[in-house]
Amino acid sequence: MKEFLLLFRGGEAKELQQSPEKWQTHMQRWADWMGDLTKQGKFVGAQPLSNSGKTINGSSKMVTDGPFIEGKEMVGGYLICKVDTFDAALEIAKGCPILEFESGNVEVREIQEMMEKYS
Amino acid sequence: MVAVLTKVFGTENLETVEDIVQQTFIDAIMVWRLKGMPDNPQAWLYRVAKNKAIDVIRRNKFSVQYDFTDEDRILLTSEYTLATTMENLWKEELIADDMLRMMFACCHPEISEENQITLILKTLCGFSTAEIAKAFLTSEDTVSKRLYRTKEFFRQQKIKPEIPSVDEIKNRTATVLNSIYLLFNEGYNATYAESLIRKDVMEEALLLAHLLTENKYTQLPESYALMALICFHTSRSESRLTAEGEIILLPMQDRSKWDKSLIKKGNEYMNLAAFGDAVSTYHLEAAIAFEHCTAPSFKETNWQQILTYYNLLCHISPSPIAQLNKAVAVMMMLGAEAALDSLNAIDDKKKLLPFYLYHSLLGELSTRLNNPQKAKQYFETAIELTQSAAEKKMLKEKIVALLN
Repeated sequence: MKEFLLLFRGGEAKELQQSPEKWQTHMQRWADWMGDLTKQGKFVGAQPLSNSGKTINGSSKMVTDGPFIEGKEMVGGYLICKVDTFDAALEIAKGCPILEFESGNVEVREIQEMMEKYS
Repeated sequence: MVAVLTKVFGTENLETVEDIVQQTFIDAIMVWRLKGMPDNPQAWLYRVAKNKAIDVIRRNKFSVQYDFTDEDRILLTSEYTLATTMENLWKEELIADDMLRMMFACCHPEISEENQITLILKTLCGFSTAEIAKAFLTSEDTVSKRLYRTKEFFRQQKIKPEIPSVDEIKNRTATVLNSIYLLFNEGYNATYAESLIRKDVMEEALLLAHLLTENKYTQLPESYALMALICFHTSRSESRLTAEGEIILLPMQDRSKWDKSLIKKGNEYMNLAAFGDAVSTYHLEAAIAFEHCTAPSFKETNWQQILTYYNLLCHISPSPIAQLNKAVAVMMMLGAEAALDSLNAIDDKKKLLPFYLYHSLLGELSTRLNNPQKAKQYFETAIELTQSAAEKKMLKEKIVALLN
């Protein structure tokens, strides 16, 4: 069993939140999607991220404000799941409700085991 | 509310659950006093309770007190799904099942009957500690201790409120039925309380039994039979006491006051209870109650039939109390002498000594056998034994009648 990190970008959360009904329906899809993963024992964790943040850079540890990038490029949240193959993780990602929006995308990355290269 | 919130926080955190419910009601009192009652008070209460539950979850994210690792609750740990999951837990159609699950948790076989009933009243019927104490004529302290012990048990065992598996359901339902039966008896004939009948307790028993008859897993013949029994007995509530709270005995009751619709309902449940070959004590007690309810007058009561039922009852569940009741039917059917014989034939007579009814019946028999001296003694013992003011009064009147 391997772990995969799914990174969510884009989507139109702000627009959706204008209408409570639409928002509720959309969030229900997230609950259904994650609920299925839970039932299959594939769910590890997931959280949305706030839009604001700061970045610390290099050895000088300089702090800069925000990711300041376009909304659709910003990571909006993550999910970690456990499945056997990369393809299985891709299949899961395809079900992500963020893909209801043209601007939405999901990046799938396997969590790597660090090699112990001492020799 | 308690049932739903227990699903969220687990029985081990009943304390948290009760805090949320209490806070919700405090909010309601404050807000409603200012703004008036909302159009849909129940929805309002649920919404506030939901939000409070979400707050508690967020505040305690890193606490080990709450365990959300199991499948049903893990989605409460993600902000993506917390609100939606919480919302979905409060769906109307689920709440009845939640109450049933909670009932099974309250009636865990390792919890004593007393503690089961106390917990049911507290968590499912919303009685306060003071009200429970009043219903059982015991101190609030005792009730608190009982509740504490049960909660401690939940904490240690992390009992999940769930409907038992198919092979367990019959036995576990029997425990629940027994608890509801005792609860109903307490309401029907309050052993301790000032007033003899506690309609609120009876109503709660009716509601709980109704839940069992609505769920496909607990729709056992016994459940229907208990429901029928409760309906029949409840139908006579209005005629059992005078306006002043004095007892009116069955022969003197105004049968026109009996609630026909409840008797009809009881009949329907009786029919439902008749499938399968199960004959439980509830079936027989319901059948006896049916005979009483449908007899046009006391004189026309079918004592023969009732005696048959009592014989069966004593056969499947030979308790001294059942035999005592049977003696009454014998008295009506065959006379006082035969009844006395049947009383004397009870094996475990000693167990009946603490019951006022035993002495009261002996008094009645002695009256009928023209032995007023003895009758008076029996009635006096009976007075000593009952704690109900209404019963004491009735027994005193019997003594007065002896002297005339």
